Amino acid sequence: MTESSLDPAAAPPAQARPGSGWRRFAADWASDQTSFKGVSWGKAMMWVFLLSDTFVFGCFLVAYMTARMSTTVPWPNPSEVFALEIGGTEVPLILIAIMTFVLISSSGTMALAVHYGYLRDRRKAGRLMLATALFGACFVGMQAFEWTKLIREGVRPWTNPWGAPQFGSSFFMITGFHGTHVTIGVIFLLVLARKVLRGDYETGRRGFFTSRRGRYEAIEIMGLYWHFVDLVWVFIFAFFYLW
Amino acid sequence: MVDVTHGGPISGGTASGAAPAFEVGEPDLYHPRSWVTKYVFSQDAKVIAIQYGLTAMAIGLVALVLSWLMRMQLAFPGLLPFIDADHYYQFITMHGMIMVVYLLTALFLGGFGNYLIPLMLGARDMMFPYLNMLSYWIYLAAVLLLVAGFFVPGGPTGAGWTLYPPQAILANTPGQSWGIVVMLASLMLFIIGFTMGGLNYVVTVLQGRTRGLTLMRMPLTIWGIFTATVMALLAFPALFVGAVMMLFDRLLGTSFFMPAIVVTGEQAPYGGGSPILFQHLFWFFGHPEVYIVALPAFGIVSDLISTHARKNIFGYRMMVWAIVGIGALSFVVWAHHMYVSGMNPGFGFFFATTTLIIAIPTALKVYNWVLTLWRGDIHFTVPMLFALGFIVTFINGGLTGLFLGNVVVDVPLSDTMFVVAHFHMVMGVAPILVIFGAIYHWYPKITGRMLDTTLGKIHFWMTFLGAYLIFFPMHYLGLLGVPRRYFEMGETAFVPASAATLNVFITITALVVGATQMLFLFNLAWSLRHGREAGGNPWRATTLEWQTPETPPAHGNWGAERPVVYRWAYDYSVPGAPQDFLPQNDPGPDLASSGETVAEGVR
Ligand code: HEM
Ligand SMILES: [Cu+2]
Repeated sequence: MTESSLDPAAAPPAQARPGSGWRRFAADWASDQTSFKGVSWGKAMMWVFLLSDTFVFGCFLVAYMTARMSTTVPWPNPSEVFALEIGGTEVPLILIAIMTFVLISSSGTMALAVHYGYLRDRRKAGRLMLATALFGACFVGMQAFEWTKLIREGVRPWTNPWGAPQFGSSFFMITGFHGTHVTIGVIFLLVLARKVLRGDYETGRRGFFTSRRGRYEAIEIMGLYWHFVDLVWVFIFAFFYLW
Repeated sequence: MVDVTHGGPISGGTASGAAPAFEVGEPDLYHPRSWVTKYVFSQDAKVIAIQYGLTAMAIGLVALVLSWLMRMQLAFPGLLPFIDADHYYQFITMHGMIMVVYLLTALFLGGFGNYLIPLMLGARDMMFPYLNMLSYWIYLAAVLLLVAGFFVPGGPTGAGWTLYPPQAILANTPGQSWGIVVMLASLMLFIIGFTMGGLNYVVTVLQGRTRGLTLMRMPLTIWGIFTATVMALLAFPALFVGAVMMLFDRLLGTSFFMPAIVVTGEQAPYGGGSPILFQHLFWFFGHPEVYIVALPAFGIVSDLISTHARKNIFGYRMMVWAIVGIGALSFVVWAHHMYVSGMNPGFGFFFATTTLIIAIPTALKVYNWVLTLWRGDIHFTVPMLFALGFIVTFINGGLTGLFLGNVVVDVPLSDTMFVVAHFHMVMGVAPILVIFGAIYHWYPKITGRMLDTTLGKIHFWMTFLGAYLIFFPMHYLGLLGVPRRYFEMGETAFVPASAATLNVFITITALVVGATQMLFLFNLAWSLRHGREAGGNPWRATTLEWQTPETPPAHGNWGAERPVVYRWAYDYSVPGAPQDFLPQNDPGPDLASSGETVAEGVR
């Protein structure tokens, strides 16, 4: 195919580099053509993007912690604020616990989807992606419920009944930003699931926007994003709700 | 079987003993079918580069005109009656922001990055052409939104390019109602657009090089652009977060950055926030930003000097490590912009130390440039003149930077004209000189014709000498104590009347230098039709972009077959070679006898 007319003799000799694991690691990095051997462009791009996005979330969290530590007014107690009344008793953090559980489960279904994708079992892969999207949608739904509840109780971005106004500001900003990530993920999952179920990756159908052919690897790249969003949630959970 | 889809690894190994085949198959290029997809919504990195370049230069002209207006006010207060204090601050803000972000960042990374990365790496295009196209259009939207600031009620923001809260969003600051919102939204768009392009640049450099092109054979231009892009991907998030939070403060009434504050006798509806937090976020972006525009300039200058002095770059490996080291260090110096904000002396000590440590790799680069020139066969071509101008200017700005990096020196000089002189030298004039040099150097490849040399030399001398006449006296004004960002000085005891004369001198020079740039624009337009035919490799340079089968390079860059690289980018005046340069894809005169050495040893 495209390889056709290359004369192997004219190419530079392969560089044999003996040595320890680290040396070989460095040699791989510095060798020609690709720095990450066997990693496709799409996957490399997702990793770089996630690194950048890590800095976004990192800045958000650091900013929130600064606000929380420097405020002179008491910070509302998260266990009380985020409690639900079930059967007459206040259960602290119950909703968040369920949300966290749902999101982590969705990482499981995502991982299975990747697995079946590589097995070219498009039915199972597609359905598992739909399940992942469903979990994600549940998560966003519960978040919407939580937002509604807090707003009913008088929490606003600029004020709240229990203490430092930065509580509401940070809460809406950080969970909102994370929720947006989940929502975008759900949308992409649905689009990708449709492609998988339709068999685009078998027939070589070209993408609507990029006009490129896709591969089952797309599921894994999607999975990277999804696991990342999940991991970020764990940090938000720890720093916002448990602190 | 070659996998032609997303450039996954090719299945199947290589024949034993023979050279490795392409690890990655040919990319699935998008082939434009109409004029619109070829020149407007183009996915070709070369077209996108030109779109970026032209847009950046257009908005840069706006910033230039704003600098004239400011200079008019400083020299002849009241002569232009429409410039009142509010307008002056709006001009300062827009001038600074446009120059740093929308001109320099966009031109170096979006412009030169897009043009040179695929060509210098022997690739057919960027890895994600569609995303690359989106990147430009989002950048354009950001520019248009920025310009919209001039037309919204109340005009653009006058908060200074640093946008410090609380004043940025308090009443009485010009542009408080709309301007600041438009500015923040535009910055966020810029960052989103840049990220799309930046992912392309990074992944193409990491995964898209041609056969034989190892990391340590890449031209320094690529190293500079690559490192700057990685930095931008890590630094822009801080600005993004700062912009989101300030937008919330302004629109939703949150108090992230707003302390309890009394405005014209009334308690503002804010409290409990920290303005210093914004300063940290801003400068965590802001200082790396300085190097985001400097590192590509470093890289390009290295290549210009080597090519036009017909000599290999001195200390290539050290140059690479210096670029990477500067990039890493510049993330731990940001608070040297905040000495006067009040900080723990221990932190002051820390940030002063890290700041001074950066001088080491930077000085190393300067020495290496000078040693490259040493006994070189220097051709005083226009690109070379600009490159030399850069070195001198950069040394200059770097030295005043050492002053300002020390807390005790910075505190009295902070917010004076000395600072204005310093940063204009080091991140204003110096990178702009490189941009000019680079345009004179690569214009022949982009258009197939040379820029006019006489016009170019006039342009160089006027710009270079003019810049010194403008900014050198500002050091002196700063030492006298003339403050920065002052609309007018009025009567003061400590500034002698002669300072006013100096201001008139600076302004007249600035107007002349600005007008000279029209000469450059004229040259760009005129040479497109009437310039001398350039041929494929007018500078007899080694790097791959000069070895394309067609000039300007066609869609896909390389014809049927991508080039194979045998050597580093700096084989000039190699003893025994038939010409005084060996292109990177030239197997060399004596490959047969010493194959191993040519491929690995010479580099
Ligand atoms: C024609 C050349 C230029 C002239 C005559 C010029 C003039 C000025 C003047 C008069 C000020 C305001 C100083 C004050 O009162 O505080 C200023 C500020 C500034 N300029 Fe330029 N400038 C030029 C080019 C550039 C370039 C190429 C850059 C790119 C880095 C740049 C970046 C800035 C920045 C960041 C500020 C600070 C804005 C602020 O204080 O918020 N300028 N310039
Ligand atoms: Cu700095």
